[in-house]
Amino acid sequence: MNKTTLTGICMVGIMALAALAAPWLSPCQPGQIDAGSILCAPSSSHLLGTDSLGRDVLSRLIYGARISLSVGIIAVGISTILGVFFGALAGFYGKAADALIMRVVDVLLCFPTFFLILAAVAFLDSSIFNIMVIIGLTNWMGPARLVRAEIMALKEREFVEAARACGAGNLRIIVRHMLPNACGPLLVNATLSVAGAILLESGLSFLGLGVQPPVPSWGNMLTEAKATLGVAWWITVFPGSAIFLAIIGFNFIAEGIRKDLG
Amino acid sequence: MVSEVIMKKYILGRILGIIPLLFGISLLSFAVINLAPGKPVALENSLNPRISAQTLLRLQKLYELDKPLHERYWNWLKRAAVLDFGRSFGDNRPVMDKIAERLPITVAINLLSLLLILAAAIPLGVRCALRPDGVLDKSLTAAMFFIFAVPTFWLALLLMNFFGITLRWLPVSGITSLDYEYLSPTGKAADLFRHLFLPVTVSSLGGIAAMARYMRSSMIDALAQPYIRMARAKGLPESSVLYKHAFRNAVMPLVTILGLSLPGLVGGSVIFESIFSIPGAGRLFYEAVMMRDYPLIMAEVVIVSLLTMSANLLADLSYAWIDPRLRDKR
Repeated sequence: MNKTTLTGICMVGIMALAALAAPWLSPCQPGQIDAGSILCAPSSSHLLGTDSLGRDVLSRLIYGARISLSVGIIAVGISTILGVFFGALAGFYGKAADALIMRVVDVLLCFPTFFLILAAVAFLDSSIFNIMVIIGLTNWMGPARLVRAEIMALKEREFVEAARACGAGNLRIIVRHMLPNACGPLLVNATLSVAGAILLESGLSFLGLGVQPPVPSWGNMLTEAKATLGVAWWITVFPGSAIFLAIIGFNFIAEGIRKDLG
Repeated sequence: MVSEVIMKKYILGRILGIIPLLFGISLLSFAVINLAPGKPVALENSLNPRISAQTLLRLQKLYELDKPLHERYWNWLKRAAVLDFGRSFGDNRPVMDKIAERLPITVAINLLSLLLILAAAIPLGVRCALRPDGVLDKSLTAAMFFIFAVPTFWLALLLMNFFGITLRWLPVSGITSLDYEYLSPTGKAADLFRHLFLPVTVSSLGGIAAMARYMRSSMIDALAQPYIRMARAKGLPESSVLYKHAFRNAVMPLVTILGLSLPGLVGGSVIFESIFSIPGAGRLFYEAVMMRDYPLIMAEVVIVSLLTMSANLLADLSYAWIDPRLRDKR
C-alpha cells in the first residue's frame, strides 16, 4: 500500500468513524431547533455555526456523513453487481447477448441520465433507499465495459481451457477463474464511482429532490446556502468542504490502487 | 461512387437508429412517471380543499387520467409523432411553446461552454504534452484532481458569493439586467457577458480539465509516432512538425470524447440554471418535475434526449469527415 492510498483511507476512515460514532461525537441533536440561536457564526458553543433554524451545523455534518457515505457506497455496490453481471454475460456469451447489452450501454452513455434520475426521484418519493437504487441503476455501464473487456481477453487463455478440461462449468469458470483477474480495475472503478455517487446525491439533495429534510445530508444542507449567501458563509463553506474532502479521499484511494496495479 | 452510397447508408442507419431509442426512452419515462404514486390531480386538489368530486372528474377526463396506461401511452405517442406534446398542467399553454422559448437559452449556454472547453483545453493539453512532467503538466494534474472533487454547484455558490456579493463585480442571477431593454447594443452584449460569465465558466471547468488531459495524452502518443521522427529528420521546422504533423492527428479523437461529454453538460444545466436563476430548459424541467407536470416532463425528456443523441451522431460523423483517411475510404 502506498502513501496515496493511505492518505485516502485515512481521510475516508475518519469520516466513516465520525459517521458511526455520530451519537457520541456530535455536540447537539442534528434536528434540534433553537429559535434563540438562528444563523449564529462559528463560536465556542457552535463550532461551525448554526443554520436558519438554529440547528448546529457540526452535528448535522456528522449525521450527514452517515447518509452521504452510505448512499455513495450502497449505490456503487448495486451498480458494480449489475455491471459485473451484464459485463460477464456480454463478454462470455458474445453474439446476441453482447450486441444487446453493449447497445444499451452505448445508449445510456450518450443519454443525459440526469434528467431521467431527476424525474424518477421526484416521482418515486425520494426515500434514501430509492435514491441508492436509482443511482445504482443508472451507473453500471463502467463496470460492465470493464468486465466484458477482461473476460473477452481471457476467453481463449490456456487456464480457462484447463479449467474446462477439469470439468468446470461456465459459471465456475467465470466466477472463480475469470472475475478475480478483473478485481483490481473493478476496485479502482468502484472507488471512483463512490465519489461520483456522493456528488450525484449531493446535487439531487441540493435541488431538494434527494434526501429530504429534516434528515441531514451534505447536499440538502447546501439547499439554503443560496438564500443565505453573503449572510452566513459557514452554511455554504462547511457542507461543501465535507463533500470535497470525501471525494478527494475516495479519489486518492483509487489513484493509489491504480498505481499499485501498475 | 459505390463507397459514397455506403456512407449515405451508414448515416441513414444511424439516424434511423435514434428512433427506437427515443421510443424506448419515452416508454421508460412514461412508465416511471405514471406508475409512481401521487397523481397530478391529487396535487391540485390538495392545494384546493374545496374542489368538488365533479370538478375532479372533469380534470381527470381533461388530462385523460381515467384511461388505462397503455391507451394513454399510445395516444401520447401518436401526438408526439407530429410534435404535439399536449398542454402543460400548470398554465395550460402548449408544452412545445414553453419549451421553444426556453430551449435556445440552454443550447446557447451549452454551446458557449463547449467553445470555452475547446479553446482552453486544446492549447493547455498541447503545452503539457510538449513537456510531460514539467511544471505546467504537474500543476494540471493536481488541478484536475481538485476540480473533479469540487461539487460544481458548490463552486458556483462560492464564486457567486465572492464575485457577486463580496466584490459586487458580477450579477448573481438571471441572464439580463432589469434595464436590459434600454441598453445600447454594445451595452446589451456587455450585460449578457456579465451575466453568463460565471455560469459558463463554472460549467466548463470540469470539461476543460478532462479534455486537456485527453489532449495531452493524445498529443504525447502522436509525438511518439515514427512520422514525427521522419518529419524532424527531413528538417521541417519544429512548429510545422508540432502543429501540422502531430497536432492534427492528436486533435481528432477529441471530437468523440467531446460527444461523450455532452450528456453531463446538458444534465448539469438543470443545476446551473437553478443556481443562477437562468430561464432555460433545465430550470423548466426542474419546475416541471416539482409540479408533476406530466406532459412537460415527457416532452423535455424526449426533446433533450433527441438533441443530445443528434449532437453525438454529429460528432461521430464529423470525425469521419475530418479524418482524411476515413474520408477517402468513403
